[in-house]
Amino acid sequence: MNTRTLELLVGLFVAAGLAALFMLAMSVSNLASFGGDEGYIIKARFDNIGGLKVRSPVSASGVRIGRVTDISYDSEGFEALVSMSIDPQYNTFPIDSSASILTSGLLGEQYIGLEPGAEEEYLVAGSMIDITQSALVLEQIIGQFLYSKADE
Amino acid sequence: MVNNLLDRIQALGHGTLAALSRLGRANVFLMAVFAGLSGMLMRPGLLVKQLFSVGVQTLIIIVVAGLFVGMVMALQAYYALVDFGAEDSVSVMVVLSLLRELGPVITALLFAGRAGSALTAEIGLMKATEQLSGMEMMAVNPVERVVAPRFLAGVISMPLLAAIFSAVGVMGGYLVAVQMLGLDSGAFWSQAQSKVELFEDLGNGMIKSLVFGFVVSWIAVFEGYDCIPTSEGLGQATTRTVVYGSLAILILDFVLTALMFSK
Repeated sequence: MNTRTLELLVGLFVAAGLAALFMLAMSVSNLASFGGDEGYIIKARFDNIGGLKVRSPVSASGVRIGRVTDISYDSEGFEALVSMSIDPQYNTFPIDSSASILTSGLLGEQYIGLEPGAEEEYLVAGSMIDITQSALVLEQIIGQFLYSKADE
Repeated sequence: MVNNLLDRIQALGHGTLAALSRLGRANVFLMAVFAGLSGMLMRPGLLVKQLFSVGVQTLIIIVVAGLFVGMVMALQAYYALVDFGAEDSVSVMVVLSLLRELGPVITALLFAGRAGSALTAEIGLMKATEQLSGMEMMAVNPVERVVAPRFLAGVISMPLLAAIFSAVGVMGGYLVAVQMLGLDSGAFWSQAQSKVELFEDLGNGMIKSLVFGFVVSWIAVFEGYDCIPTSEGLGQATTRTVVYGSLAILILDFVLTALMFSK
Protein backbone atom coordinates (compact mmCIF):
# COMPACT_ATOMS: atom_id res chain seq x y z
CA MET A 1 0.00 0.00 0.00
CA ASN A 2 1.53 3.33 -0.95
CA THR A 3 1.99 6.23 1.41
CA ARG A 4 -0.83 8.30 -0.05
CA THR A 5 -3.59 5.71 0.47
CA LEU A 6 -2.20 4.97 3.92
CA GLU A 7 -2.23 8.59 5.01
CA LEU A 8 -5.63 9.11 3.42
CA LEU A 9 -7.15 6.23 5.39
CA VAL A 10 -5.55 7.37 8.63
CA GLY A 11 -6.82 10.89 7.99
CA LEU A 12 -10.32 9.54 7.39
CA PHE A 13 -10.09 7.51 10.62
CA VAL A 14 -9.08 10.52 12.72
CA ALA A 15 -11.75 12.67 11.06
CA ALA A 16 -14.40 9.99 11.74
CA GLY A 17 -13.35 9.83 15.38
CA LEU A 18 -13.54 13.58 15.81
CA ALA A 19 -16.87 13.69 13.94
CA ALA A 20 -18.27 11.02 16.28
CA LEU A 21 -17.13 13.05 19.28
CA PHE A 22 -18.71 16.18 17.80
CA MET A 23 -21.96 14.37 17.05
CA LEU A 24 -22.16 13.02 20.60
CA ALA A 25 -21.45 16.46 22.04
CA MET A 26 -24.03 18.24 19.89
CA SER A 27 -26.91 15.80 19.62
CA VAL A 28 -27.02 13.86 22.85
CA SER A 29 -25.40 16.05 25.49
CA ASN A 30 -26.50 19.30 27.03
CA LEU A 31 -24.00 21.45 25.10
CA ALA A 32 -26.82 23.40 23.43
CA SER A 33 -28.22 24.57 26.78
CA PHE A 34 -24.88 25.88 28.03
CA GLY A 35 -24.26 29.55 28.53
CA GLY A 36 -27.12 30.03 31.01
CA ASP A 37 -24.60 30.46 33.81
CA GLU A 38 -24.17 34.20 33.26
CA GLY A 39 -27.73 34.88 34.43
CA TYR A 40 -28.66 36.99 37.44
CA ILE A 41 -29.04 35.30 40.82
CA ILE A 42 -32.22 35.52 42.86
CA LYS A 43 -32.93 33.74 46.12
CA ALA A 44 -35.90 32.17 47.83
CA ARG A 45 -36.57 30.49 51.19
CA PHE A 46 -38.54 27.28 51.41
CA ASP A 47 -39.80 25.28 54.40
CA ASN A 48 -39.05 22.06 52.56
CA ILE A 49 -37.36 21.60 49.21
CA GLY A 50 -38.17 17.90 48.82
CA GLY A 51 -35.96 16.39 46.13
CA LEU A 52 -34.78 19.64 44.55
CA LYS A 53 -31.13 19.53 43.49
CA VAL A 54 -28.46 21.93 42.25
CA ARG A 55 -28.91 22.31 38.45
CA SER A 56 -32.66 21.55 38.69
CA PRO A 57 -34.58 23.69 36.19
CA VAL A 58 -36.42 26.93 37.02
CA SER A 59 -39.38 27.51 34.75
CA ALA A 60 -42.21 29.96 34.19
CA SER A 61 -45.37 28.78 32.40
CA GLY A 62 -43.47 25.57 31.61
CA VAL A 63 -40.61 27.35 29.80
CA ARG A 64 -37.16 26.80 31.29
CA ILE A 65 -35.73 30.20 32.23
CA GLY A 66 -32.88 29.26 34.58
CA ARG A 67 -31.29 26.75 36.89
CA VAL A 68 -30.85 26.22 40.63
CA THR A 69 -27.24 27.15 41.43
CA ASP A 70 -26.98 26.60 45.15
CA ILE A 71 -28.95 25.06 48.02
CA SER A 72 -28.07 25.70 51.66
CA TYR A 73 -29.72 25.54 55.05
CA ASP A 74 -30.31 28.77 56.95
CA SER A 75 -29.79 27.72 60.56
CA GLU A 76 -31.25 30.99 61.93
CA GLY A 77 -34.56 30.95 60.06
CA PHE A 78 -34.62 27.11 59.98
CA GLU A 79 -35.39 27.20 56.31
CA ALA A 80 -33.76 26.08 53.08
CA LEU A 81 -32.15 28.90 51.08
CA VAL A 82 -32.18 28.27 47.33
CA SER A 83 -30.23 30.42 44.86
CA MET A 84 -31.19 30.30 41.23
CA SER A 85 -29.64 31.81 38.15
CA ILE A 86 -32.16 33.32 35.72
CA ASP A 87 -31.37 33.91 32.06
CA PRO A 88 -30.77 37.69 31.65
CA GLN A 89 -33.28 37.99 28.80
CA TYR A 90 -36.07 37.28 31.31
CA ASN A 91 -35.52 40.32 33.54
CA THR A 92 -39.07 41.57 33.99
CA PHE A 93 -40.39 39.44 36.81
CA PRO A 94 -42.32 41.63 39.33
CA ILE A 95 -40.96 41.62 42.89
CA ASP A 96 -44.09 39.97 44.26
CA SER A 97 -43.63 36.92 42.04
CA SER A 98 -44.02 33.61 43.81
CA ALA A 99 -41.91 30.48 43.62
CA SER A 100 -43.16 26.95 44.19
CA ILE A 101 -41.47 23.58 44.03
CA LEU A 102 -43.31 21.37 41.59
CA THR A 103 -42.87 17.87 40.22
CA SER A 104 -42.81 17.10 36.52
CA GLY A 105 -45.11 14.14 36.01
CA LEU A 106 -46.15 11.78 38.76
CA LEU A 107 -42.67 10.55 39.69
CA GLY A 108 -40.50 12.98 37.72
CA GLU A 109 -37.78 15.31 38.90
CA GLN A 110 -38.58 18.43 40.91
CA TYR A 111 -38.24 21.98 39.59
CA ILE A 112 -39.05 25.52 40.66
CA GLY A 113 -42.04 27.18 39.03
CA LEU A 114 -42.07 31.01 39.01
CA GLU A 115 -45.47 32.69 38.97
CA PRO A 116 -45.33 36.40 38.05
CA GLY A 117 -46.97 38.93 40.43
CA ALA A 118 -48.45 42.36 39.69
CA GLU A 119 -46.00 44.95 41.11
CA GLU A 120 -44.32 47.60 38.93
CA GLU A 121 -40.81 46.90 40.26
CA TYR A 122 -38.75 44.03 38.85
CA LEU A 123 -36.64 41.35 40.52
CA VAL A 124 -32.93 42.14 40.17
CA ALA A 125 -29.74 40.30 41.04
CA GLY A 126 -29.74 39.39 44.75
CA SER A 127 -33.50 39.86 45.22
CA MET A 128 -35.36 37.56 47.59
CA ILE A 129 -38.66 35.98 46.62
CA ASP A 130 -40.99 36.22 49.65
CA ILE A 131 -43.97 34.17 48.55
CA THR A 132 -42.94 30.53 48.28
CA GLN A 133 -44.63 27.18 48.37
CA SER A 134 -42.74 24.11 49.56
CA ALA A 135 -42.50 20.76 47.91
CA LEU A 136 -45.29 18.32 48.52
CA VAL A 137 -44.08 15.48 50.69
CA LEU A 138 -46.09 12.33 50.20
CA GLU A 139 -45.96 11.27 53.87
CA GLN A 140 -47.35 14.64 55.00
CA ILE A 141 -50.21 14.47 52.51
CA ILE A 142 -51.10 10.95 53.62
CA GLY A 143 -50.83 12.06 57.23
CA GLN A 144 -53.23 14.98 56.65
CA PHE A 145 -55.61 12.73 54.79
CA LEU A 146 -55.71 10.20 57.61
CA TYR A 147 -56.13 13.00 60.15
CA SER A 148 -59.10 14.49 58.30
CA LYS A 149 -60.63 11.02 57.92
CA ALA A 150 -60.34 10.49 61.65
CA ASP A 151 -62.23 13.70 62.31
CA GLU A 152 -65.27 12.58 60.34
CA MET B 1 9.45 -34.19 54.49
CA VAL B 2 10.96 -30.98 55.76
CA ASN B 3 12.90 -30.60 52.50
CA ASN B 4 9.70 -31.00 50.50
CA LEU B 5 8.05 -28.24 52.54
CA LEU B 6 11.08 -25.97 52.11
CA ASP B 7 10.94 -26.55 48.34
CA ARG B 8 7.32 -25.38 48.28
CA ILE B 9 8.14 -22.24 50.22
CA GLN B 10 11.11 -21.56 47.96
CA ALA B 11 8.89 -21.94 44.88
CA LEU B 12 6.47 -19.41 46.37
CA GLY B 13 9.28 -16.95 47.03
CA HIS B 14 10.69 -17.50 43.55
CA GLY B 15 7.30 -16.82 41.98
CA THR B 16 6.80 -13.63 43.99
CA LEU B 17 10.24 -12.28 43.15
CA ALA B 18 9.77 -13.12 39.46
CA ALA B 19 6.44 -11.29 39.38
CA LEU B 20 7.96 -8.26 41.14
CA SER B 21 10.93 -8.12 38.80
CA ARG B 22 8.59 -8.35 35.79
CA LEU B 23 6.62 -5.41 37.17
CA GLY B 24 9.86 -3.50 37.61
CA ARG B 25 10.99 -4.31 34.06
CA ALA B 26 7.61 -3.16 32.75
CA ASN B 27 8.07 0.21 34.45
CA VAL B 28 11.66 0.64 33.28
CA PHE B 29 10.48 -0.29 29.79
CA LEU B 30 7.67 2.31 29.95
CA MET B 31 10.22 5.00 30.84
CA ALA B 32 12.34 3.91 27.87
CA VAL B 33 9.27 4.18 25.61
CA PHE B 34 8.60 7.72 26.93
CA ALA B 35 12.21 8.62 26.23
CA GLY B 36 11.84 7.20 22.73
CA LEU B 37 8.68 9.18 21.95
CA SER B 38 10.48 12.46 21.28
CA GLY B 39 12.93 10.86 18.85
CA MET B 40 10.07 9.05 17.15
CA LEU B 41 8.17 12.30 16.54
CA MET B 42 10.96 13.31 14.16
CA ARG B 43 9.64 10.61 11.82
CA PRO B 44 5.82 10.90 11.81
CA GLY B 45 5.63 8.42 8.93
CA LEU B 46 6.26 5.61 11.41
CA LEU B 47 3.31 6.75 13.51
CA VAL B 48 0.99 7.01 10.50
CA LYS B 49 1.80 3.43 9.50
CA GLN B 50 0.98 2.20 13.01
CA LEU B 51 -2.17 4.33 13.25
CA PHE B 52 -3.30 2.48 10.14
CA SER B 53 -2.70 -1.02 11.47
CA VAL B 54 -3.81 -0.27 15.04
CA GLY B 55 -6.65 2.18 14.39
CA VAL B 56 -8.05 1.95 10.88
CA GLN B 57 -7.99 -1.84 10.73
CA THR B 58 -9.82 -2.09 14.08
CA LEU B 59 -12.53 0.26 12.84
CA ILE B 60 -14.81 -2.34 11.22
CA ILE B 61 -15.13 -4.58 14.28
CA ILE B 62 -15.78 -1.47 16.42
CA VAL B 63 -18.52 -0.15 14.13
CA VAL B 64 -20.30 -3.51 13.85
CA ALA B 65 -20.05 -4.18 17.59
CA GLY B 66 -21.22 -0.65 18.44
CA LEU B 67 -24.24 -0.90 16.17
CA PHE B 68 -25.43 -4.16 17.67
CA VAL B 69 -24.69 -3.19 21.28
CA GLY B 70 -26.75 -0.01 20.79
CA MET B 71 -29.63 -1.95 19.26
CA VAL B 72 -29.66 -4.56 22.04
CA MET B 73 -29.50 -1.85 24.70
CA ALA B 74 -32.54 -0.12 23.18
CA LEU B 75 -34.55 -3.36 23.07
CA GLN B 76 -33.72 -4.26 26.67
CA ALA B 77 -34.29 -0.73 27.96
CA TYR B 78 -37.66 -0.61 26.23
CA TYR B 79 -38.66 -3.95 27.77
CA ALA B 80 -37.72 -2.72 31.26
CA LEU B 81 -39.21 0.78 30.97
CA VAL B 82 -42.46 0.18 29.09
CA ASP B 83 -44.14 -1.19 32.24
CA PHE B 84 -43.73 2.21 33.90
CA GLY B 85 -44.84 4.20 30.87
CA ALA B 86 -41.32 5.62 30.74
CA GLU B 87 -40.34 4.25 27.34
CA ASP B 88 -39.33 7.76 26.24
CA SER B 89 -36.34 7.38 28.58
CA VAL B 90 -34.92 4.56 26.44
CA SER B 91 -32.55 7.06 24.84
CA VAL B 92 -31.26 8.26 28.23
CA MET B 93 -30.48 4.70 29.27
CA VAL B 94 -28.83 3.82 25.95
CA VAL B 95 -26.77 7.01 25.69
CA LEU B 96 -25.65 7.11 29.32
CA SER B 97 -24.62 3.47 29.45
CA LEU B 98 -22.78 3.79 26.14
CA LEU B 99 -20.93 6.99 27.03
CA ARG B 100 -20.06 6.05 30.60
CA GLU B 101 -19.36 2.31 30.46
CA LEU B 102 -20.00 0.26 27.35
CA GLY B 103 -18.28 2.58 24.88
CA PRO B 104 -14.89 2.73 26.62
CA VAL B 105 -14.95 -0.82 28.08
CA ILE B 106 -16.14 -2.87 25.10
CA THR B 107 -13.95 -0.84 22.73
CA ALA B 108 -10.95 -1.50 24.96
CA LEU B 109 -11.72 -5.23 25.22
CA LEU B 110 -12.05 -5.52 21.44
CA PHE B 111 -8.95 -3.38 21.05
CA ALA B 112 -6.95 -5.69 23.33
CA GLY B 113 -8.07 -8.71 21.32
CA ARG B 114 -7.72 -7.23 17.87
CA ALA B 115 -4.85 -4.74 18.05
CA GLY B 116 -3.08 -5.61 21.31
CA SER B 117 -2.48 -9.26 20.40
CA ALA B 118 -1.20 -8.22 16.97
CA LEU B 119 1.25 -5.75 18.55
CA THR B 120 2.60 -8.41 20.90
CA ALA B 121 2.95 -11.01 18.14
CA GLU B 122 4.68 -8.52 15.83
CA ILE B 123 7.22 -7.29 18.37
CA GLY B 124 7.71 -10.79 19.80
CA LEU B 125 8.45 -12.24 16.37
CA MET B 126 10.93 -9.43 15.69
CA LYS B 127 12.65 -10.41 18.93
CA ALA B 128 12.55 -14.13 18.11
CA THR B 129 14.03 -13.57 14.66
CA GLU B 130 16.66 -11.25 16.20
CA GLN B 131 15.56 -8.24 14.19
CA LEU B 132 15.60 -6.15 17.37
CA SER B 133 19.18 -7.19 18.16
CA GLY B 134 20.05 -6.50 14.53
CA MET B 135 18.79 -2.93 14.89
CA GLU B 136 20.88 -2.48 18.01
CA MET B 137 23.93 -3.70 16.09
CA MET B 138 23.24 -0.96 13.52
CA ALA B 139 23.00 1.63 16.32
CA VAL B 140 19.24 2.02 15.80
CA ASN B 141 17.33 2.13 19.08
CA PRO B 142 14.61 -0.55 18.66
CA VAL B 143 12.44 0.96 21.42
CA GLU B 144 12.40 4.27 19.56
CA ARG B 145 12.05 2.75 16.09
CA VAL B 146 9.64 -0.15 16.74
CA VAL B 147 7.95 0.17 20.13
CA ALA B 148 7.28 3.92 20.59
CA PRO B 149 5.21 4.41 17.39
CA ARG B 150 3.07 1.36 18.20
CA PHE B 151 2.50 2.52 21.77
CA LEU B 152 1.58 6.07 20.76
CA ALA B 153 -0.71 4.82 17.97
CA GLY B 154 -2.59 2.72 20.54
CA VAL B 155 -2.98 5.64 22.94
CA ILE B 156 -4.26 7.93 20.16
CA SER B 157 -6.56 5.34 18.57
CA MET B 158 -8.46 4.23 21.66
CA PRO B 159 -10.41 7.45 22.43
CA LEU B 160 -11.25 7.89 18.74
CA LEU B 161 -12.46 4.30 18.48
CA ALA B 162 -14.49 4.66 21.69
CA ALA B 163 -16.15 7.84 20.36
CA ILE B 164 -17.02 6.07 17.11
CA PHE B 165 -18.35 3.08 19.07
CA SER B 166 -20.64 5.29 21.17
CA ALA B 167 -21.84 7.34 18.20
CA VAL B 168 -22.67 4.25 16.15
CA GLY B 169 -24.28 2.69 19.24
CA VAL B 170 -26.55 5.72 19.67
CA MET B 171 -27.55 5.42 16.01
CA GLY B 172 -28.29 1.71 16.53
CA GLY B 173 -30.41 2.59 19.55
CA TYR B 174 -32.21 5.21 17.46
CA LEU B 175 -32.91 2.66 14.72
CA VAL B 176 -34.48 0.21 17.14
CA ALA B 177 -36.30 2.73 19.34
CA VAL B 178 -37.73 4.95 16.59
CA GLN B 179 -37.95 2.75 13.49
CA MET B 180 -38.73 -0.59 15.10
CA LEU B 181 -40.53 0.19 18.38
CA GLY B 182 -42.21 3.36 17.14
CA LEU B 183 -41.06 5.82 19.79
CA ASP B 184 -41.09 9.53 18.97
CA SER B 185 -37.87 10.70 17.36
CA GLY B 186 -38.01 14.18 18.94
CA ALA B 187 -38.48 12.70 22.42
CA PHE B 188 -35.53 10.37 21.78
CA TRP B 189 -33.07 13.25 21.28
CA SER B 190 -34.56 15.72 23.74
CA GLN B 191 -34.67 13.20 26.60
CA ALA B 192 -31.01 12.40 26.00
CA GLN B 193 -30.07 16.08 25.82
CA SER B 194 -31.85 16.89 29.06
CA LYS B 195 -30.03 14.18 31.03
CA VAL B 196 -26.55 13.81 29.50
CA GLU B 197 -23.86 16.21 30.72
CA LEU B 198 -21.07 17.16 28.35
CA PHE B 199 -18.15 16.94 30.78
CA GLU B 200 -19.61 14.63 33.41
CA ASP B 201 -20.60 11.87 30.97
CA LEU B 202 -18.91 12.36 27.60
CA GLY B 203 -15.72 13.85 29.09
CA ASN B 204 -15.29 11.18 31.76
CA GLY B 205 -15.96 8.45 29.20
CA MET B 206 -13.19 9.85 27.02
CA ILE B 207 -10.79 9.99 29.99
CA LYS B 208 -11.61 6.34 30.67
CA SER B 209 -10.87 5.32 27.10
CA LEU B 210 -7.58 7.24 27.16
CA VAL B 211 -6.52 5.39 30.33
CA PHE B 212 -7.55 2.03 28.84
CA GLY B 213 -5.67 2.81 25.63
CA PHE B 214 -2.56 3.63 27.63
CA VAL B 215 -2.71 0.47 29.75
CA VAL B 216 -3.58 -1.94 26.93
CA SER B 217 -0.88 -0.55 24.62
CA TRP B 218 1.66 -0.67 27.44
CA ILE B 219 0.84 -4.31 28.26
CA ALA B 220 0.86 -5.27 24.57
CA VAL B 221 4.24 -3.77 23.67
CA PHE B 222 5.83 -4.93 26.93
CA GLU B 223 4.66 -8.53 26.55
CA GLY B 224 6.05 -8.56 23.02
CA TYR B 225 9.38 -7.02 24.01
CA ASP B 226 9.75 -9.19 27.13
CA CYS B 227 8.60 -12.52 25.64
CA ILE B 228 10.69 -15.68 25.61
CA PRO B 229 11.96 -15.69 22.00
CA THR B 230 10.58 -19.09 21.00
CA SER B 231 7.36 -20.00 19.20
CA GLU B 232 5.95 -21.28 22.49
CA GLY B 233 6.95 -18.15 24.42
CA LEU B 234 5.44 -15.97 21.72
CA GLY B 235 2.12 -17.80 21.99
CA GLN B 236 2.13 -17.38 25.77
CA ALA B 237 2.96 -13.69 25.46
CA THR B 238 0.06 -13.10 23.05
CA THR B 239 -2.33 -14.90 25.39
CA ARG B 240 -1.04 -12.89 28.34
CA THR B 241 -1.65 -9.62 26.48
CA VAL B 242 -5.32 -10.45 25.96
CA VAL B 243 -5.85 -11.89 29.47
CA TYR B 244 -3.95 -9.23 31.43
CA GLY B 245 -5.24 -6.49 29.18
CA SER B 246 -8.89 -7.49 29.63
CA LEU B 247 -8.54 -7.93 33.39
CA ALA B 248 -6.74 -4.60 33.73
CA ILE B 249 -9.52 -2.88 31.77
CA LEU B 250 -12.30 -4.32 33.91
CA ILE B 251 -10.54 -3.63 37.23
CA LEU B 252 -9.49 -0.11 36.20
CA ASP B 253 -13.03 0.53 35.01
CA PHE B 254 -14.34 -0.13 38.50
CA VAL B 255 -11.72 2.15 40.06
CA LEU B 256 -12.37 4.96 37.55
CA THR B 257 -16.15 4.64 37.90
CA ALA B 258 -15.85 4.80 41.68
CA LEU B 259 -13.69 7.94 41.40
CA MET B 260 -15.78 9.69 38.74
CA PHE B 261 -19.41 8.86 39.32
CA SER B 262 -19.87 8.07 43.02
CA LYS B 263 -21.17 11.05 44.91
